[in-house]
Amino acid sequence: MARRLTAALTLAAVLALAACGGSGGGATGTGTGTSGEGGGDLVVSAAASLTTAFQQYAGEVLYPEQVRLSFAGSDELAAQIRQGVKPDVFASANTSLPAALYRAGLVGRPIVFTSNQLVVAIPAEGGRVQTLADLADPGTTIAIGAASVPIGAYTRELLGRLPRAQEQGILANVRSEEPDVKGIVGKLTQGAVDAGFVYWSDVRATGKRLSAIALPPRLEPKVAYAIAVVTGAKHPAAARRFIAGLRHGRGLQILHAAGFDDPPPPGRR
Amino acid sequence: MSRAPAARGGRRPGWFGALLVLALAVALAFLTLPVVAIFVHASPGELLASLGDASARDALRLSLETTTIAIAVIVLVGTPAAYLLATRTFRGRALVVTLVELPLVLPPAVAGIGLLAALGPNGLLGGALDDAGIQLVLQTAGVVVALVFVAAPFHLRAAQSAFAAVDPRWREASRTLGAGEARTFARVAVPAALPGLGAGVALAWGRALGEFGATLMFAGSFRGITQTAPLAIYADFATDFDGALALSAVLVAIAGALLLATKLLTRDADALARA
Repeated sequence: MARRLTAALTLAAVLALAACGGSGGGATGTGTGTSGEGGGDLVVSAAASLTTAFQQYAGEVLYPEQVRLSFAGSDELAAQIRQGVKPDVFASANTSLPAALYRAGLVGRPIVFTSNQLVVAIPAEGGRVQTLADLADPGTTIAIGAASVPIGAYTRELLGRLPRAQEQGILANVRSEEPDVKGIVGKLTQGAVDAGFVYWSDVRATGKRLSAIALPPRLEPKVAYAIAVVTGAKHPAAARRFIAGLRHGRGLQILHAAGFDDPPPPGRR
Repeated sequence: MSRAPAARGGRRPGWFGALLVLALAVALAFLTLPVVAIFVHASPGELLASLGDASARDALRLSLETTTIAIAVIVLVGTPAAYLLATRTFRGRALVVTLVELPLVLPPAVAGIGLLAALGPNGLLGGALDDAGIQLVLQTAGVVVALVFVAAPFHLRAAQSAFAAVDPRWREASRTLGAGEARTFARVAVPAALPGLGAGVALAWGRALGEFGATLMFAGSFRGITQTAPLAIYADFATDFDGALALSAVLVAIAGALLLATKLLTRDADALARA
């Protein structure tokens, strides 16, 4: 029995590897359009909140098999670059991380290419949170981003502008500090928390499962996204084209449709 | 098992022997390099200084608490369950063994999503748990549940083979002398299987200490409540690489000690079985 189990597991592993190898082979096999430079795929490290928009952009405008997208908290991607990881493009959910990398000579001059809006997300079917004021009610549960990830920093910036008692009340209800915005959305859609601070585009990306409570404009932090070509990128020309496409034409349309806005100063929805 | 020393001495190692040595050298270098790098990157003094950080201490304390509770649960329930699997034959036994060992080969993300689907607020038993006033998600209790799920099979497996290695005649003798089954279990089987059981505990403890994905998905990450040491390492590495290294070094030390304990205990178990 044990031997048969081992055989079955081995077979499963081989199939899984074959599947990976298959798609990987396809990716390198059709690599013709990303110009001749360097060979291989254009590697884009992007903030988790850009997941849906960038996947669509890469899929429609470029050959999807020629772009490798890697999504995580912007702070983690920046830390990887500081540790010597070299993607071609770094897109961050703030401007300070790319600026710091630029000062360190690790990326080219960053360009602010889009903006977003911090909102309070709640389950679409309603729950115990209906207004910003409900967040401080005892018993309400909230998920936010960790302090180092942009969504967490924006959230703390906003909370700092609230009256002290309300800020403390909300912080006392925080049940999880997630490493990126996807974690917050996951906790919300699983019903694990009553509310979470996310971007407007994240609410849009869940379809109709979440709805957003807009924040008073005077409290809203300015959420600007910066993008840069990484120093020593293998595909600098393709990286610049990728960035240019986000500022004009299809990439810009996709960002707008996903709930992102023009670079600041943003017009309010 | 008799060794054949003649085959080893005398003959000059050929190309195949050289290949084996090379393969071992590559494997050894590859597998130890990241661990060595953790200790090379920062001096012991820096490591100790980083551990003064309050959030690192909170994470270690939480890791020790949750793994201790998880191991207690695993030992209390897993040991008798393993005894049954080791001493009885019944229809579907192989299937049961396979099912309880399944979490061994599950990716942590699958464990996390499975726990959410089963015990999350919208999960299979979510309503029932809520009615009973039991909260797991985003709670310390949820961390323990995730740890038990991923670590229990390690103990079950080790305990089962430890009990299976106990000479059945001992149990028969015990019963012939009038001891009930419970007494036989407690006085004969468990003491005889003790080294193997200890090894199972050490392995399960090591797996529980390292748990990351299922904990993050099911229990979230909050300092002092659900942020265990591996989660703190992940939370810190972007902003405080040295702090994350220090915490990693502590986990390497604990994991190394647990592995050493396993080795010593299984050696005892082997010696006991041969005796």
